[in-house]
Amino acid sequence: MNGAGKALSRPPPPAPGEGAVLVTGACGRLGKSLVRVLHRSREVVAVDRRPFPDRPKDVAFEQVDLRRKKLRDVFRSTPIGAIVHLGVMHDPHASAKDHHAWNVAGFSKLLEYAEHFRVPKLVLLSSANVYGPEAGNAQFLTEDAPLLAGARFSEIRDLIEIDMLAQGFLWKRPATETVILRPVHILGGVRNAASNFLRLPTVPVLMGFDPMIQVIHESDVVRALAASLAPGVRGVFNVAGPEPLPLSRILRLLGRPSVPVPYTLGKALLRRLFSFKLTSFPAPELDHIRYVCMVDDERARRELGFSPRTGVEDTVRSVDLERW
Amino acid sequence: MDADGRSLARSRAAGLFSALGPLARRLVDAGAGTVDDFLERQLGEPFAARMARVPLNLTPSGTDAFGLDPEWAKYALAAVTVLHRHYFRSIVEGTEHVPEGRVLLIANHSGQIPLDGALVGASLFLDAEPPRIMRAMVEKWSQTLPFVSLLFARVGQVVGVPENARRLLRQEEALLVFPEGARGISKPFSERYRLTDFGLGFMRLAIETGTPIVPVSVIGGEEQYVSLGNFDLLAKVLRAPSLPILPQLLLPFGALPLPTRYRITFGEPLRFDGDPDDDDAVIEEKVRLVKSTIQSMLRQGLKARRSVFFG
Repeated sequence: MNGAGKALSRPPPPAPGEGAVLVTGACGRLGKSLVRVLHRSREVVAVDRRPFPDRPKDVAFEQVDLRRKKLRDVFRSTPIGAIVHLGVMHDPHASAKDHHAWNVAGFSKLLEYAEHFRVPKLVLLSSANVYGPEAGNAQFLTEDAPLLAGARFSEIRDLIEIDMLAQGFLWKRPATETVILRPVHILGGVRNAASNFLRLPTVPVLMGFDPMIQVIHESDVVRALAASLAPGVRGVFNVAGPEPLPLSRILRLLGRPSVPVPYTLGKALLRRLFSFKLTSFPAPELDHIRYVCMVDDERARRELGFSPRTGVEDTVRSVDLERW
Repeated sequence: MDADGRSLARSRAAGLFSALGPLARRLVDAGAGTVDDFLERQLGEPFAARMARVPLNLTPSGTDAFGLDPEWAKYALAAVTVLHRHYFRSIVEGTEHVPEGRVLLIANHSGQIPLDGALVGASLFLDAEPPRIMRAMVEKWSQTLPFVSLLFARVGQVVGVPENARRLLRQEEALLVFPEGARGISKPFSERYRLTDFGLGFMRLAIETGTPIVPVSVIGGEEQYVSLGNFDLLAKVLRAPSLPILPQLLLPFGALPLPTRYRITFGEPLRFDGDPDDDDAVIEEKVRLVKSTIQSMLRQGLKARRSVFFG
């Protein structure tokens, strides 16, 4: 707010709870559902690199890379009341350089705009996977647990970095209410590691390991995202679905045959398969079916007023219901 | 072998396999039936009826949030019952002192392998009324071991971090803690029933969560393996907590613990208040009280014991 000339180049910031919601990664499965939920009550600007053919008519769509200047024009022309960042790329086979440039540079741009255009709300969809499965994990990790996943699993370092950037923003820029959501394994029609794993015709499991696992239905994640847009909500929230259950029980609910593989053999095999691009599961992800990585969602229940609506059986079975 | 012989052999093999399936199932069923009968004889009631009286926090999927599964617990308890009732013929006293709701059981640790924990757990399920499923904390490296980590989780053991202990007590569970830790279990024979240093963590936990402490003395464990000392250097190389020198391992069946008679005594609950974040010196004072209670219970028990093997 220094100098009249600069102030003219940006619209006045909307009041909390007003203005358009800018959704990045809007053409993903979660993005589409969120846009459909939000557009009835608020103006929505959808942003993605991919096309969005079947979007609702009243949703503005910008097919743009977050790193392009064009995005700035969106902020300049429309008063943005909230940014919901879903556009974190998780392509295990993309090169680490591309991944990093897209994820970290793109998110930094968003933070820059959020600050410059005084956006009152910023929501980041992170993941409970940032804590990482570890032998010494507490059964329920709280939001202040260290983000250790990167130690063994380099592909998640981008997400950890973005999460950290958002945490820094949360403390440095009190004018923007920053919300970081860390949901557990999201199941449904989504294409993520957890859902893809459960869709395998025969699911490999690790011999002698059967950790407790938390899952959440995609529609509940969308509800948590919508809840975090409420004025006054800020902070880091673990988001968990219904009660945890053992991996074996999940497979039984799906009626899926499983084949137990010793850990060392499984790891060697998976590493080989992954290097030949025959699987989308990197070997270090095996730890997710070896150790617990569960979260304590008490803060989300208390401050976000969020509790999951989809029961555990429906959540698990949802991976089979619709394909993308 | 000609073609006919080969197909005959194949059909015989197929017949053998199809016969083996039901046979295996019958064996498993018989085994399960035997376990049920055995437990019913030991408990004086069906296992399920006793389990129904245990306050548990099960989710609809049949386990609790930490992975405890009563079905698994049944088989583990059956195995421990054999040790508890028939091998060690434990004498259990004072189970009426175990209050309902959250409770911290603080016991002396002994015996080179943690059978004492299993037997205290067995007495809480078999001999206490209402029966309890005891939770205990295990080393985190145990989680890296296949089958072991799974078994521990299904019978209610949790990773030893303070957050887990706090959560278990908040959900009104009975939690066993050995404040001596690995120092206690690997004592040489000459140090038997002499308590080593107690950690302070359990006291802070008890004060913070308002949990009564039940002191427990376990007698009999120190004689099950006669340890002459520890290979400290070798243990360090192997990254094992300790490596005791056990001459009895050279005898036939020496790997089995000696069938000493266990005497497990639960003392009256102790309640502490104050600030859980108090200075070490203040907490130490309270810990010393628990330690001296257990030490005097041990002394009394040893005085009452006439024979190591017959009680």
